[in-house]
Amino acid sequence: MALTDPSTLTVGEPETMRDAPKRPQSRGRTILRKVLATKRARIGGGVLLFIILWAFIGPLLSPWSFTDQDGLAFSQPPSLSHWFGTNNIGQDVYAQTLVGLQKSIVIGLIVGPGAAIIAGLVGAIAGYVGGVWDKAIVWLIDLLLVIPGFFLLVLLSPAFKSLSWLALVVFLVLFGWMVLARVIRGQTMSLREREYVKAARFMGVPGFTIIRRHIIPNVASLLIIDATLGIGAAILSETTLSFFGFGVQAPDVSLGTLLAAGASAAVTRPWLFVFPAAILVITVLASSLLGDALRDAIDPTSGANRD
Amino acid sequence: MTDPQATAPLLKVDDLSVTFPNAGTPVHAVRGVSYEVRRGEFLGIVGESGSGKSVSSMAVMGLLPTNAQVSGSIRYDGVELLGQSDKELSKIRGRDIAMIFQDPLSALTPVYTIGQQIAEGLRLHDSALSQRAAETRAVELLKIVGIPNAERRAKSFPHEFSGGMRQRAMIAIAIANDPQLIIADEPTTALDVTIQAQILEVLQKAKDITGAAVVLITHDLGVVAGNADRVAVMYAGRIVETAPVVPLFREPLMPYTIGLLRSMPNMAANQQERLVPLEGRPPLLTTVPTGCPFAPRCPIAVAACLEGEPALLPVLDGPVEDPTTSVDHTAACIRAGEIADGSLRRPEIFPRPDEVPEELVAEVAPETVLDVRDLTRAFPLTKGVVFRRNIGTVRAVDGVSFSVQRGRTLGLVGESGCGKTTTIMEILELARTQGGSIHVNGVDTATLSKPDRRKLRSDIQVVFQDPMASLDPRMTIEDIIGEPLTVHGVSPTEIRSRVGAMLELVGLEPSFAGRYPHEFSGGQRQRIGIARALVVEPKILVLDEPVSALDVSVQAGVINLLEDLKQRLGLSYLFVAHDLAVVRHIADDVAVMYLGRIVEYGPSATIFDDPKHPYTQALLSAVPVPDPEIERSRQRILLNGDLPSPSDDRVGCSFRSRCPLFQLLPAEKQAVCERDDPRERPVDGRLVACHHAESDRLVTA
Repeated sequence: MALTDPSTLTVGEPETMRDAPKRPQSRGRTILRKVLATKRARIGGGVLLFIILWAFIGPLLSPWSFTDQDGLAFSQPPSLSHWFGTNNIGQDVYAQTLVGLQKSIVIGLIVGPGAAIIAGLVGAIAGYVGGVWDKAIVWLIDLLLVIPGFFLLVLLSPAFKSLSWLALVVFLVLFGWMVLARVIRGQTMSLREREYVKAARFMGVPGFTIIRRHIIPNVASLLIIDATLGIGAAILSETTLSFFGFGVQAPDVSLGTLLAAGASAAVTRPWLFVFPAAILVITVLASSLLGDALRDAIDPTSGANRD
Repeated sequence: MTDPQATAPLLKVDDLSVTFPNAGTPVHAVRGVSYEVRRGEFLGIVGESGSGKSVSSMAVMGLLPTNAQVSGSIRYDGVELLGQSDKELSKIRGRDIAMIFQDPLSALTPVYTIGQQIAEGLRLHDSALSQRAAETRAVELLKIVGIPNAERRAKSFPHEFSGGMRQRAMIAIAIANDPQLIIADEPTTALDVTIQAQILEVLQKAKDITGAAVVLITHDLGVVAGNADRVAVMYAGRIVETAPVVPLFREPLMPYTIGLLRSMPNMAANQQERLVPLEGRPPLLTTVPTGCPFAPRCPIAVAACLEGEPALLPVLDGPVEDPTTSVDHTAACIRAGEIADGSLRRPEIFPRPDEVPEELVAEVAPETVLDVRDLTRAFPLTKGVVFRRNIGTVRAVDGVSFSVQRGRTLGLVGESGCGKTTTIMEILELARTQGGSIHVNGVDTATLSKPDRRKLRSDIQVVFQDPMASLDPRMTIEDIIGEPLTVHGVSPTEIRSRVGAMLELVGLEPSFAGRYPHEFSGGQRQRIGIARALVVEPKILVLDEPVSALDVSVQAGVINLLEDLKQRLGLSYLFVAHDLAVVRHIADDVAVMYLGRIVEYGPSATIFDDPKHPYTQALLSAVPVPDPEIERSRQRILLNGDLPSPSDDRVGCSFRSRCPLFQLLPAEKQAVCERDDPRERPVDGRLVACHHAESDRLVTA
């Protein structure tokens, strides 16, 4: 037939398609392969996975629960019965540290991705819709950026005391999405001028479908990176707030409250401070390593890919 | 041609190979390239993207990335360049060998003035030169390359220059130290055709002044035809044919060259003839071919072609009018001898594809499907970040009227910045316009309700220029082509069957539906874009430069497909392009745009054969023709300067600042141009916006 003009066909030309596997090699898989190939990712991911598993399984291995008090061991250094020692009222530091770690990790895992999701949605809407919506959203972002979150929390802390730690999560999410949202907005504005987005618009595809189908998948890499890096950052914020007494409140424990309790004894009874502090550092470092490795794999312009 | 005293080669490249070790799969970009450049010679290197033409000259300059493995020999004036340190090369670069890059914006440093950058180049190689003397010389150089107000412009920054002016400045830097060799890597690819003609003129002038040899790297055979003395054709990392320019175009010996020349739409050729596509696509450079790399695409390939790569050998016998030049004609083809002695006739190697059979041609009733009246679109120019204030308006489209008939093609041509894209975007928005009206299928777009507009969208669809950017990389072909149908609530099973039918219609395998865009070549991607546009059975297709991002050899296939589809489906095309040869080939009517206005509008044949508006005449004369004899004998009308800013106030004719006719007119006629804005008026079967369209023509064809 006249129409099957073979000038650009590959039929009957097996060698041109030999490189492409039968099943399309999706971008996700190549990125995963690239990520796993780097040492940083393997160490960061492995350590993070180990810490998460340990935080939830570890307490089962110890005979003590984090509220138990051992009347025979006050302020004891690490021993066979109390692996991380005890505090001044006989509580087991190992059990407390792991329960605190649980809380910190849960907060980190909710806040990091939560902030990224809000940033993605808000940024994409502002960038795609433009006009008045864009102005309003940018104004809101700028407003939230100039409000010092820490002082606001100090002001609100009496209210938080009566609420659960979930209130803290909501707070951290609310103050954690703005910078990324601005980045996503910028990305979206350039994506909006891409021809496939224009083509979709000229087909009559509704705006929200375009955001869902074309914009979000194309900024997903940024969101994934930030969600991962955000885990470590959220744990640090939570710890800082809790350290000053504005975050997680008793009877809940987190790494921050443990550090606050152990700080005064850091020199005389170091096990109260060193163990939670070391675990905090390792957790944040691991999530940062993983996030960096993801960024290098996904973003071709980031540091490691430059010649 | 060349002085026999000076035939010792200035640059001798011998068996040059460049390999990029690319994570396990090395890319053999250049494989055993040998060529010579004599003193004062103009060598053209022609090839499609990925043929290794740029990489081989980057190797000469020593500008390849550090991971490239280079072997062979590059001798400049008897001195081996390969293996020299960067520091030693830097002494030669700029002084003896100068380079002109494709993108003059990224080749100039944005934080220094043009004058400083030229002076820097001068003082680097001549430390005795004082700063003041260097600056004076910089101004002189700018005058040589034709920059007006050189004293003042030397103090400008690169962003204040237009693309053509920047390329002139690049040439000024290149000739600053009187080089022996100028390498120009696609120097005009990013420029408009009238500017391209200016730059090529400047390049020739620079060559004449310095006496340097020039290596011009390009994909455009037309550019080579008019300028080069000798041409080398590259394919898959090797030179496959070299010859002096006239024999190469008249008697090409390598089937690839023959096919390339036949596949190009030609301003001088018969418009009605179908183009001859070159089948297939270039081989991947990751594998070293065992046979002739062109064999899979070559219609005259025989079994012997697959046994070993043919060497580039002189073809001696054959009817060549001048026996001294025939020694220079080399081709890498085992059947070159047969082609040369005429036992294989060139036109028969690539058969012309058949026309659409009579019974498949759709009948169309004459009917206006798209009607644009006095369309205007202006953008406010604002200044300031916090307090924005208007400082003027850009009138991107300023009173444009045209109409498209059922089953016909309107070509909208003009240089970049003339408002073509804004015009079609206004049409595609199907919204109320700022001024004027748009009727699609007789419906005024200003009166549409939202659901009506969505319904009307299936009548008018678009194919974009860049086939990579117009397909979402994260969707399968089936999802991409089916996307327009989802808007109209078509069931998934029906979408699947219609996508399959569409793929077949545009000449792709329906089994490709599950693949992703990156697995396809440029031409195939453009076919996918066409399939997506056609899946909703539109009546009008807006084609925004649909072939300009494609290689010459695949262009022809896509153009043929578009012509076939138009005939079979009774489509109407609004074809936007800057490539006039393509427009001449495909369009029934032509509208020439300049600064937001249509300056000439009428049947394609009338306008191309006998342009009336001075701008159209200049535009047509600037298009390079891939035929050295035509190219060298015809007269060019060169336009002065660049497109004026569309934000300036319009008094009188806006073309008069560049108009070649205006300068020839007596004062009282000039006064008319300065005073009155020309309106479109009928002249000789077309509309022309010029007061003096009946005056003597500038060139006689």
